[in-house]
Amino acid sequence: MMEHSELLIDWSRAQFALTALYHWLFVPLTLGLTFIVAIMETIYVKTGDEWWKKTTKFWMGLLAINFAIGLATGIIMEFEFGTNWSNYSWIVGDIFGAPLAIEGLMAFFMESTFFAVMFFGWNKVSKKMHLTSTWLVAIGSNLSALWILVANGWMQHPVGMHFNPDTARNEMEDFWAVFFNPNAVSKFLHTVSSGYVLASLFVIGVSAWYLLKKREVLFAKRSIIVASSFGLLTSLFLLTSGDESAFNVAQQQPMKLAAMEGLYKGEERAGIIVIGLLDNTKVLGDEKAPFHFKVEIPNALSFLGYHSLSAFVPGIHDLVYGNEKHEIMSVAQKMEKGKLAVEALSDYKKYKKENNSQKAKEALVIFEQNQAYMGYGYLQKPEDAVPNVALTFYSFHTMVGLGTWFLVLFIMTLYFAMINEIEKKRWLLRLMLMTLPLGYVAQEAGWIVAEAGRQPWAIQDLLPVGMAASNVASTSVMITFWLFAILFTGLLIAEIKIMFTQINLGPKGGH
Amino acid sequence: MFDSITLYHLELYWWFIVSLLGGLFVFMSFIQGGQTLLYTLGKTEDERDLIINSLGRKWELSFTTLVMFGGAIFAAFPLFYSVSFGGAYFVWMAILFCFIIQAVSYEYRKKPNNFFGHRFYETLLFINGSLGIFLIGVALATLYTGGNFMVNEMNLSHWTKSSYGLEALLSPFNLAFGVMLLALSRILGVLYFYNNLDEEHIELRILQTLKNNSLIFLALFLWVVGMMLFQEGYNYDEMTKVVNVESMKILHNFLAYPILMLTLLMGVSMLLYGLYRALNQKQKDAIWYVGIGTILAITTLLFVLGVNHTAFYPSLADLQSSLTIENSSGSYYTLSVMSVVSLLVPVVFGYIFMVWRSMDKTKMSIDEVKSDPHHY
Ligand code: HDD
Ligand code: HEM
Ligand code: HEM
Repeated sequence: MMEHSELLIDWSRAQFALTALYHWLFVPLTLGLTFIVAIMETIYVKTGDEWWKKTTKFWMGLLAINFAIGLATGIIMEFEFGTNWSNYSWIVGDIFGAPLAIEGLMAFFMESTFFAVMFFGWNKVSKKMHLTSTWLVAIGSNLSALWILVANGWMQHPVGMHFNPDTARNEMEDFWAVFFNPNAVSKFLHTVSSGYVLASLFVIGVSAWYLLKKREVLFAKRSIIVASSFGLLTSLFLLTSGDESAFNVAQQQPMKLAAMEGLYKGEERAGIIVIGLLDNTKVLGDEKAPFHFKVEIPNALSFLGYHSLSAFVPGIHDLVYGNEKHEIMSVAQKMEKGKLAVEALSDYKKYKKENNSQKAKEALVIFEQNQAYMGYGYLQKPEDAVPNVALTFYSFHTMVGLGTWFLVLFIMTLYFAMINEIEKKRWLLRLMLMTLPLGYVAQEAGWIVAEAGRQPWAIQDLLPVGMAASNVASTSVMITFWLFAILFTGLLIAEIKIMFTQINLGPKGGH
Repeated sequence: MFDSITLYHLELYWWFIVSLLGGLFVFMSFIQGGQTLLYTLGKTEDERDLIINSLGRKWELSFTTLVMFGGAIFAAFPLFYSVSFGGAYFVWMAILFCFIIQAVSYEYRKKPNNFFGHRFYETLLFINGSLGIFLIGVALATLYTGGNFMVNEMNLSHWTKSSYGLEALLSPFNLAFGVMLLALSRILGVLYFYNNLDEEHIELRILQTLKNNSLIFLALFLWVVGMMLFQEGYNYDEMTKVVNVESMKILHNFLAYPILMLTLLMGVSMLLYGLYRALNQKQKDAIWYVGIGTILAITTLLFVLGVNHTAFYPSLADLQSSLTIENSSGSYYTLSVMSVVSLLVPVVFGYIFMVWRSMDKTKMSIDEVKSDPHHY
């Protein structure tokens, strides 16, 4: 088949990572703020209090600024599978394309149509219809998250399909298996709740700024109450669904789990590292301890990953070189089988062309015996199966640490807002403000765990990134990479400046 | 669930949906066309604000249709998605850049402290409207003229020219198609304003602009359709699937399917009648005639490429690599699942229509824009 140069693959990955990370700066806020705004508008419609209408409109204005750049960065994502991962698009397009198309039809039209009503319809449609539109925007944006995460969940844990040797691609067999893929379900729940948490942090952060400036006091206090209640509730859910995600990772992507915890040698009663500093001179196979120091909760990883305190958690070493006691096949063995599958497939094609049906049949039998390992047939050496451990480890721990901190923060803000002392706690207000950027850090870190941790696989065990990329010159991708970097950075600066100016104008100011 | 329906039926159905999305997109490009007329029609700042706000309430329609078009192709004709996007890399990237810059421009243009200034965002809107539509026209035209790609026995593809699609700009047919689409989008834009705005000064300019663009459009349209009908096309054998060149292939397709000839003629007549209604009878509803005519004509011109054993995306590098609806489609299972999903389409159109009817009850004027608390 087609092997690509390292350079091309690196640029393709860099470009995908860049555009996805940018897109993800804006999406979580949209996911959550649409709901917060809908809740506020509901209060307005229920009570008829004009004050709530003004509050709703203020947050809606900020939402619009964020939404616009979310769309700008989103359109490229839709097409990048074709432009930069065109082999991928053919090999799994029959399954992967469906959720993307459904997303467009079900979610994007809904979002964009009702978005216009939400903004321009205040004086044109009835209060009820306006409120309905606001809720539909919230539902629409979360539906779009649902479908794209079904697609992503499938990459992490491919189900519901079979390989068709005649077309040389994977074909969908069971739509519901793809939809109810356990990985996709936990991914959806965890990701949308992370959006709700971020939006809560946003509202709290902005409100804290007003209180520090002693402006818009009533507005800020009420917004804090709505946002901390929403944030507290959703971060509890976030932690639960994060636990569920980790459980899925353990079952479906043991290598990712090992990288997340820096676990080289597998253990029974494995613990979770709370804080640790990796030794970056450690190489796979040597006897060095992976950590300079670490603080560990014993048994916790066994419990998290397998729901049993004494379960064996395989380490990177076991997964690469095999472990007979625990019946883990080595990557080298898998590669051998994979190479057999790759060869058999090309023999099958050859004999088919020559109309030699007997030989074609034989080749097909060999292919089918080894097909499960086909993806491994494209790896160069067993160590290629290991992701970047440090990146995965630190990202994971950053996310989890911050998630715990957010929960604590929400409890404090809700408490002090309820007893009406929040304006006096200036240290807390400062913490609230400072936590806002950390919300974004946790978001991006989460995706780095998910995506960098599954390397080298574009589709887990099935298709390595090296096979997935488009066959274009690496300089072409380099050019577009820099164009994206410049354009998106320019737009981001504009967005931030506009956002700050609107916040500074405040709910009473312009629009 | 569709026992009597064959894979070929599903492929035809999906080629129709894709063609329809193409037709709808061209209709909705009134937004892009309108953007290019900002300074032609709007002579004062107030007038320009009015134009932006009139377009701004609908701008996402063409954007979202483009996204939908991408998704539908991915799901229904993954090989086309893979070959074309991954091969004609620079053309598609240029198109995408033209749309990325549109998405922020409405919202950011008049916001205080927007870093670049409002002229900058207006320029972006102009680029989106002109270059964006022109390039989409060029990309669509390559369905008739072909691309430089090769597909191997594993259905993996590569492009044979290092200009990655930009070489399409050398073909006069492709260029003419692009300019034709641009002129059409400007006609649609003008007619949209004619219908949506309530400002006398602008109306005078509208009719002049309409006349100019109609002339350009009609001249190019005649030439492009003439070329399409009479130039060589790509046929494939029903049994062996071998592709060969056939003269006047598209014309043969129309003769084989008179219904398509009929829809094309209907489309063109409605379009012409709409222009007549606007220019001679000063009727504000002309957009509907021209719009529906556009949808009919463009949908037919795309659909005709997929029927009667035609290669809809011929390869200039290797004839036998050419794509047909049969060799580039998704599996039977996926296409049937997607067909069930496509039943949602009328629902989507239904609510879009209802929403816009209630939002557009009154025509837009400068006073109205100024009094609206949230305006662009
Ligand atoms: C505010 C953001 C945020 C916070 C505080 C957390 N997460 Fe998270 N996490 C995400 C935002 C996120 C995310 C950005 O939404 C990711 C990326 C992909 C995904 O499924 O969700 C993610 C991924 C992700 C994954 C990888 C899933 C995969 O690879 O498929 C795991 C195992 C966890 N999370 C677990 C947790 C745990 C145990 C947390 C507890 C404290 C936690 N996350 C807090
Ligand atoms: C918007 C949130 C997302 C972020 C921030 C994100 C982040 C990343 C990052 C950092 C990489 C680079 C990994 C590496 O090369 O080491 C990557 C790669 C990739 N991601 Fe994501 N991702 C996101 C969502 C998705 C989704 C939803 C999908 C699929 C539906 C997806 C598909 C891919 C693909 C195809 C690659 C390239 C191949 C690879 O390097 O693995 N991503 N992403
Ligand atoms: C890598 C895969 C992704 C693709 C192909 C993609 C595609 C897109 C596109 C095309 C748009 C513009 C939509 C429009 O026309 O209205 C968009 C916006 C959006 N996307 Fe993504 N996206 C990706 C990742 C994600 C993820 C991981 C999520 C959520 C979990 C998400 C949620 C959204 C939402 C909520 C919007 C609309 C609002 C906004 O952009 O702020 N996207 N995306």
